[in-house]
Parts: sequence; C-alpha cells; structure tokens
Amino acid sequence: MAVSDLRKLGVKAPWQDLTEGMTIAGAGTSKGFKTGEWSSVKPEFVEEKCKQCLLCTPVCPDSCIPVTDGKRGAFDYEHCKGCGICVKACPFGAITMEGVK
Amino acid sequence: MGKRERLSGNEAVAIALRQINPDVFPAFPITPSTEIPQYFASFVANGQVDTEFITVESEHSSMSAAIGASAAGARALTATSSCGMAYMWEELYIAASNRLPLALALVNRALSGPININCDHSDSMGARDAGWIQIYAENNQEAYDNMVQAFRISEHRDVRLPIMICQDGFITSHAVENIELLEDADVKNFVGEYEPENYLLNPECPMAVGPYSITDYYMEAKRNQAEAMKHVEKVVLDVAKEFAALSGRSYGLFEAYRLEDAERAVVIIGSAAGTTKDAIDRLREKGEKVGLLKIRLFRPFPAEAIAEALKNVKAVAIMDRAEGYTNHGGPLGADVMAALFRARSSAYAVNYVYGLGGRDVRVEDMEGVFETLKQILESGDAGETYRYLGVRE
Amino acid sequence: MSYNFKETMSKPERLAPGHRMCAGCGGTIAVRNVLRGLHEGDKAVIGNATGCLEVSTFTYPYTAWEDSYIHNAFENAGATMGGVEGAYKALKRKGKLDETYKFITFGGDGGTYDIGFQSLSGAMERNHDMVYVCYDNGAYMNTGIQRSSATPMYADTTTTPVGSKSNGKPQNRKDLASIIAAHDVPYVGQTTFWKNFKDLHQKAERAIYTPGAAFLNIMAPCPRGWRYNTPDIMEICRLGVETCYWPLFEVVEGKWILNYEPKNKLPIEDFLKPQGRFRHLFKKENEYLIEEFQKEVDRRWEELLFCCSR
Repeated sequence: MAVSDLRKLGVKAPWQDLTEGMTIAGAGTSKGFKTGEWSSVKPEFVEEKCKQCLLCTPVCPDSCIPVTDGKRGAFDYEHCKGCGICVKACPFGAITMEGVK
Repeated sequence: MGKRERLSGNEAVAIALRQINPDVFPAFPITPSTEIPQYFASFVANGQVDTEFITVESEHSSMSAAIGASAAGARALTATSSCGMAYMWEELYIAASNRLPLALALVNRALSGPININCDHSDSMGARDAGWIQIYAENNQEAYDNMVQAFRISEHRDVRLPIMICQDGFITSHAVENIELLEDADVKNFVGEYEPENYLLNPECPMAVGPYSITDYYMEAKRNQAEAMKHVEKVVLDVAKEFAALSGRSYGLFEAYRLEDAERAVVIIGSAAGTTKDAIDRLREKGEKVGLLKIRLFRPFPAEAIAEALKNVKAVAIMDRAEGYTNHGGPLGADVMAALFRARSSAYAVNYVYGLGGRDVRVEDMEGVFETLKQILESGDAGETYRYLGVRE
Repeated sequence: MSYNFKETMSKPERLAPGHRMCAGCGGTIAVRNVLRGLHEGDKAVIGNATGCLEVSTFTYPYTAWEDSYIHNAFENAGATMGGVEGAYKALKRKGKLDETYKFITFGGDGGTYDIGFQSLSGAMERNHDMVYVCYDNGAYMNTGIQRSSATPMYADTTTTPVGSKSNGKPQNRKDLASIIAAHDVPYVGQTTFWKNFKDLHQKAERAIYTPGAAFLNIMAPCPRGWRYNTPDIMEICRLGVETCYWPLFEVVEGKWILNYEPKNKLPIEDFLKPQGRFRHLFKKENEYLIEEFQKEVDRRWEELLFCCSR
C-alpha cells in the first residue's frame, strides 16, 4: 500500500502513470489546488477587534479559518475564494472585506 | 476427491458460492436467476456461510452495493438476469472502470420487450463493451466450474476487473444434470483469501474512489483500463490449468470439438453447443468433416486463437443468440468475422440469429446449418450471410 | 451530548480546502459541520451522490476528503453505502478488521429526493448503520438550477421559468424528512445553519452515533440558484427558521420533537424577498401568490406542531 504520488498525476501524465481504477490512496490532496486564485478580493482579519468567539469558523465553505486550541489563526489565502460570509458572521467587525458591509 | 450429485445449474452455482463464502452478497430476485440468492439465503439462515447477505430493493442497488462492498475491501458478488442486468447497466461500467474484481452470476434471459423469461443472450451481449470479463457455460458442470474459477481470475493483480459467469436461463439453470462437485476445503484453498491493495476500510490509509475526470485524464484512464483486459487471456489459462490439476476437468479460452480436420464449422456460445455436438456426431458417422468451436471466454475476445483454430475450415456458421440490429448479423458474428478477416481467412462465413426468447434449437436444426454450409461450398456462393434459424416465415 | 463550541471548532478539519465548490456554497458548510459530529479518532467512510459536491471535491487527482470516500453514481448513494457498511460487518465478523468506522453519505436534493429516492428508501428500510445527509438547496444546481421535488412553490428555475403563463414551479415541495421518518428509522433530523451551529452539530452527532439508519435534512442555500447576496447565507437561513419555512425538528425512535418555536413567527415574504428566484412574487398583481405560499407554510407548520404534540 502506497499513498498516490500526485507529482506523477499531472494533466500531462501518460496513461501508464494513472492510478488503478482512478482511485487515490491518501487524503486531503486538494490542498494542492489553489482556489485562492479565483478571487482577488479577500477578507481582512482585524486581530485587535477579535474576541475569539469563533463564529466565523463554521460558516466558511472552504475551511480557510484554522482554529487551534480555541483560537482562530490567519486566513488561508491560498484557498479562500472571498465569498464574504465570515464578514457577516463576525459580531465585532473584526473581519472586513471590500464590497461587504 | 469429487462428489457426484444431480443438480440444477442454479443450485450448482449457489453451492460454488457457499464454498467460496464471499464477504458480501447483495441480491434482488429475477427469473430465472432467483434460485441462486434463494439457495444462498438458506445457507445464511443455517449458518453455512458468514456472508453479509443484503436483500436490496432492486438490481440497480444490488450492483451498487456490490461496488460499495468491493471498494470497501470485501469479496462481493450478485446474481441477475435480463432486465435486472439492463437496470444495472450504468453500474457495470462503473465497476469495471473502478477496477473492482466483483462477480456477477448471470443467468441469461431475453431482454424485454416483449417481456419473455426464457433464454437468449441479449442481456450479456448488450453489456459486452462494459469492460467486464465474460465467461459462458454449456452445462451445469461448466457453470459450477467457472464460478469456482471466477475470483481467481478477477482478483489477479494483473487483471482486477469484474467478471460475469454466464449460463443459459432454464436450459441449464433449471434442468437437473449429473455433476461433480469439489470438496468444500478444496474450493476454499483454490480460491484463497482476497487481499486488496487499496480499499476504503484500510485503517492504514484512506482511499478515494470514483473521481470526476476532466478530458485531460479520461482517455488515459480508458487506455489504462484496456491494458488490464490484455492480461485476462493468460490468467484465464493459468487458472484453468490449476483447476484441471484439482478437478481433472480442462478448460481453455474456447472448446474445439472435432475441429482438427473439419472443413465446416459452427461457432456457438452456451447450451446449444451440446445440441451442435450431437449433430456433429451424427454427421461424422456419415463421414462428413464437421466441427465446433464453443466460445468460453467472450470478453476479452480471443480473436487470434479463434482464427488459428478455424484456419483450415472452409465454411463457418456463427450462431448468435441475440440480435444486433446491424442488418448484417449479431455480436458474435461481427467479432468472429473480424477475427477471420484479420487473419486473412478465405473461409465462407455466415451468421445466424437463433434461439431468441427460448426458441428451441434441435439437433436437426444444427444438421441443417451444416447442410447449408455444404451447399455454400458446393455453389461457391455464401448468399445472404445474415440469416435466421428456426423462425416461422 | 453537551455542546462545547470552542472545542468543536478546534477539532481537526475533515474537509480540506482546495475543492472547487462555488464561493459561498452552502453545501460544504453543511459537510464541514456534519463531519465535526464525528468523534476524534473514529474513522469514517464518506459516500456521495453525483452532484456539485462530488465533482468539486474529488476532481482527479485531488480529493478534499480526509477520510475514505466513495462516489458511485447519481441515484445510488444509499445502496452504495449499504454495500460499504455490509463489507464492514462481514470483515468484522471474519476477524479481518479491528477499527471502528462510521458511515456518512451526502447527496443533494436531486440525488436524494428524486433520482436516488428508491435507493435511499431501501437503505433506510434495511436500517444500515449509516447516516444519509441531504444538503438541500432546492434544485438541481449542478446541471444549472432545474427544479426538483425539493424546490419550493413558485421558485423561478431553468425548467420552471417565470413567463407570461408561468409563475414558476407550480407544485409544493416534497416533505422528505417526514417520508423518511415514516420508514421508522431510529433517527431523523431537520436543521440548517443557525446561530453557533449547535442544532446542526448535535443532530449530526446524534445521527452518527445512533445505531441503525439515520437521516439528516439540511437546508443549504445556493447563492447562484437562489440569487441572494452571497455573504448573507446565515441571514437567509435564520429567516427560513423564523418564518417556519424550514422548521428545526427531529424524530427520535418515532417521537417527534420540535427544537425551536419562534416567539414571533415572521411573515414568509421576509424569507422570499432577498431571493431573486422569488422576485416575480413581489409584483403588485402577484401578491396573492405570497398569500398562497404563506398558507402552505402555515399548513405544514400546524401539521408539524400536531406531530410534535402527540
């Protein structure tokens, strides 16, 4: 059993290199696909206003607000698509984004 | 070593499955394959197997659940016929493209409409391009023996493809014949344990099955799948060799019956091969050089070996128990003719559609086919190559 | 099952970023929060009907799932997971597997209410130890916003377009949670994104850890199909709950329980107004349609109150 090697599975891969049955052994390989490029407008985290209530974290469709030990960290801009939901979810104005009030 | 019994084809296959003791068997009844899950249910009820028997609500779900089980790391199979298989159609392709070595005990029956419960091969012939291995039986003994060999072929690491073990509805599935069964322990040893490489329930490493594939990958995926099919012939022969050592019964890709010196031959699939053998025996007694090539492995199609076996034949009749609606014959006819053409054969070839919806085929009918081949050779004209046998006109 | 919000949010993420769902998609909000119902250390196999979620979360070779995952086809997520769960039972029985696994299947309303309904019904009736989660966005969004049997009355979809002879979808939506409850499964829950997700989380955890078949129906708004302002998803859900369009309830071993009763039930137009798919209802001559819609919401709400009072 070996985890699928994504380096061999690019769009130019010859048929011989594809995984058997097109299955992928392993997990979470999508992290290698940078959806952050989809949008140039991103939420900004205003840390001094943040009360660490974490209401922004469950509403993110893209798992881009990491939480460790009950505290949120910086946005994952490599994957954030800039939907703006977290801006509205924050009761303290600690997240801002162009075009979202 | 073997046990002599008198069994129907369905019961024989069910016994093979009891001996294999698969992990998961999702089932939905349809005539004439219903008895297979019925017999199996009694094995479950009496503790003779420890299979998870899932009584699903349709054939679509029986194949879907078999796919889920197989992907999860279980040895899985189901049984069906006719419209049941048609209802699974989409799933057949998915099982093959996922490279899942599950089995389908298929009892061949005509597809609707009109609805009919009797034998022809329209169900499995329609699925010939689905990416499954297809193996056919002439009689109950072969149906049993093929079922015992099935997982050894499908699970082989060079193959890992689903396999269809086919027998003729009612003709073999319900008719009771003498049969020799292997000992339970011998089957268990022969089939062995299923040890998948990657599977959903592998605690060491998760796996994702069934991706969306963009155009950049789809064609390469199909080419990759086709490569596995190329390994099947060898594996079928290797497994047959081991099986012969165990059982004393030999199998190949096909059976050649009195074909060695034959000038005229019939190519056929399934139970009507027995009828054809009787016709050949009668004609041989009269000194006529006639023979038979009975297909066992239809997918992949062993074209080169078939052409080689037919190389001395001057006229051949290819018998299709299914229509192809091409206006020039059925699926077996197309494959055999293509094989002959590629081997630069100069034999006359005609293609008969016969036995649809359980239409009886008698020894005299097959004698008539050989007589037609004789007339073709005498006249030097094949005439209409797309013919019907046994239809009222 | 108490709910510690901070602890729950601190759990490891089981849906990785890098999937290709639209910005602001409700589907993955549902998935992330359901998967938080799994206890840490427990393994899971995730199933998925064909739909937006499938094509976007397992686009070869990128899987967003941190657990084993299987997509089979559109109409058979229930049966497929039934087979996986069957394999689990068999392998356990044969001593080939020690670990504990949980089985969770996701489908949109197309794969659940409609084309996959038979497969779902079979899996629920057989009481496989699994959870089927419908992320209900009320139309076939993956193929471009066609009506489903989950689409609310009068919604403007691409197969029920509003026109001079059409006010949108003529029929009411199917009440799937009740239909699954009628299968006599041990657990059915209906929820959406609300406040700090306590309702959704507790229902997910309960569904996952109830032995036997469980069903969750989660209203998961689709900004493209519903045509609301994308950042407003939490407000849309709140209005769905406060208008009683999407009541929060559960059916535990046949007992109906209402989880929230608004003190002031809001008029249905509050829910309809922010959504472009209902814009035509706000023309002067169409006011009666809103009244019809309100009547339907009231009728279903009364029915639910009756079920919960028994």
